[in-house]
Amino acid sequence: MRRTLRKWSPFIAAAAVFALAPALSAQLTQYDLEPRSGMESHIGNITGHAKDAKADYRRFCVGCHGELGDGNGENFPWLDPKPRDFQLGIFKCRSTPTGTLPTDEDLSNTLARGLDRSNMPQWSNLTKQQRADLVAWVKHFSPRWVSEKPGTPIQIPAEPEVTPERIKAGRDVFAKVQCWKCHGVEGKADGPSAATLTDDQGRPILAFNFTEGARPKCGSTDQDLYKIFMTGLDGTPMPSFADNIKPDEAWDLVFYLKALEPQKSKEKAIAKQLGLKPVDPNAPPPSGQ
Amino acid sequence: MKSRYRRILSAVLSTVVLIGGGALILGQRVNAAGEGKITGSVKLNGAAPHMKGIDMSKDPYCAKAHATDPGHLETVVAGANGGLENVVLYISDGLSGSALTDVPTAVPVFDQKNCVYTPHVLAMDIGQKFKVVTSDQTAHNIHPNPNPMTGNIPWNQSQPPGAPPVEKSWKAAEVIPVQCNIHPWMHGWFVVVKGPYATTDSSGAYTINNVPPGSYTVTAWQEEYGTQTQKVTVAGGQSATADFTFKAK
Repeated sequence: MRRTLRKWSPFIAAAAVFALAPALSAQLTQYDLEPRSGMESHIGNITGHAKDAKADYRRFCVGCHGELGDGNGENFPWLDPKPRDFQLGIFKCRSTPTGTLPTDEDLSNTLARGLDRSNMPQWSNLTKQQRADLVAWVKHFSPRWVSEKPGTPIQIPAEPEVTPERIKAGRDVFAKVQCWKCHGVEGKADGPSAATLTDDQGRPILAFNFTEGARPKCGSTDQDLYKIFMTGLDGTPMPSFADNIKPDEAWDLVFYLKALEPQKSKEKAIAKQLGLKPVDPNAPPPSGQ
Repeated sequence: MKSRYRRILSAVLSTVVLIGGGALILGQRVNAAGEGKITGSVKLNGAAPHMKGIDMSKDPYCAKAHATDPGHLETVVAGANGGLENVVLYISDGLSGSALTDVPTAVPVFDQKNCVYTPHVLAMDIGQKFKVVTSDQTAHNIHPNPNPMTGNIPWNQSQPPGAPPVEKSWKAAEVIPVQCNIHPWMHGWFVVVKGPYATTDSSGAYTINNVPPGSYTVTAWQEEYGTQTQKVTVAGGQSATADFTFKAK
C-alpha cells in the first residue's frame, strides 16, 4: 500500500495542483453569471439566445472551457495551447481594433473555422442558430459585454491586383515594421525574439511559421491575413500594426506573406520570377522614417 | 509563494487599516482654503539587492546602445544615500470632491529608449491621457497587461522605428505590468491611481501637489516591496511630511 502510494505520490500531488487550479483562477462564480443569462447575439438576421445554448455548451464545450467559462475544464491540464478564459473577454480573432471586443460575427466565425494547431475543432456541423446561441452564451461569461460595445470593425479596402511591384513593396513593409523579429526573415518563425514569446498568462507561445503550409489561427483568406496584423491577436505577443501600416501597404504585405507560404499562388510564382531574397536584418533602417 | 501570501496578508491588513481610517476621517469637513502638499522621502533600509544584468545580444541595436553602460533590472533602484527611486505615492483615503475627481491635463510620457522603458514606472490618474513614444531604431511592441475585470482592457500595439506616439488612458486604479514581447527584458509599470500622486526621484524625494487641507492616508507603492501607508494631516497652504522606509530583502 505504502509503495503504491509512493509510486503514485507525484501524480497525486499533480492532481491536487490541477484540482486547485480552477479554484485559484476562476474570478467569477455562478452567481455573477446568472444575471447575464439573457445575453443575445446578432449575426446577420439570426438572434442567438444564451439560454438556448446551455445544452450544447455542456455537450461540446464544457470539457475544455469549463462550467464557468474560465478555460479550466477537465481537459485543461492536457491542452496546449490552453482553452480561452471567456471571463476575461479577450479574443485573438477579431475584425475590431486591439483592446476592443470582437463582433458577434467574429466569434461565430471562430466557432465555424476552429483554431488550427489547437484542440478547438471546426463547429461547422452546428446550425447557424446553434452557433449564434453559443456565441451569446460565450458572451455571458464576461462582464465586458454589459459595460462595453464591440469595437468598430476595421475598414478593408478592395483587394488590388497582385503585381511584382506590390510584392517587392510588401517585402519592404516586412523589413520596415520588423515582422522578422519573431517570424524570421524567411517566415520560419525563427526570428531572434521567437524563442522567448509568451502569451498574456505567461505561457510560452509560438510565432506563426509561414513556410509549413499551416492555416493561420484566425483564417487564411487574404482578408483574414490583412485583419490579423491590422488588429493584432489580443492575448498574444502579436501587436496591432494599424498605426504603422497604411491600408495600401497592408495589401502589399499580404501579398508578400503569401509568397512566403509553400502553397501554389500567383504571389509565389511572381516572387520566384523576381528571385526575391529574404530581408536583411542587418540592413540600416530605411531613412526618412 | 510565501511572498505572495505575505502580499495578500498585507493587502488584507491595509484594507482593514484603510476602512478603519476612513471611518475616523468620515464626517470631517475639508476646508476649501489654499491647497497644501505632502512631501517626504522614501528610503531603503539595508543593502540594495543585486540587480541582474541584461543580455541584449539578441538585438544588436540594443546591445550597441548599451555597449558602455550595460543594462540591468530596475526592480529596486536605490541611490547612494539609500533613496528609493520609482516609488509611487498617492492618497489612498481621505480625498473627496474635486480633489478626487479632477484629472490632470499634463500628459506623462513613457519612452522606449535604448531598449529600456524610461521611466521604469509611470504613475497617472484615472482617465489621464498618457503617451507612449519610441526613440529607438528597432521595433518594439507596447503591451500592457491589466486585469480586464477591473475595467482596464489590455491592448498591444507595434512601434517600429519612427512610429507615431500611442495616446491612451485607463479606466480604473490598478498597477499594470507593461512589456515588450520582442525584447523580453523590457518590463515596466503603469501605476493608475485616483487623485493626486507623485513618483520618487533618484534621491527618493517626492512631493504630492494640489492637496486640499484635510487628513489623509498616504500609500507608498514599490514594485518589489509592496505598499506602506501613513496618516498625514495637511493644513491650508502648508506642507505635510511623510517619510517611508522599506526594508531591503
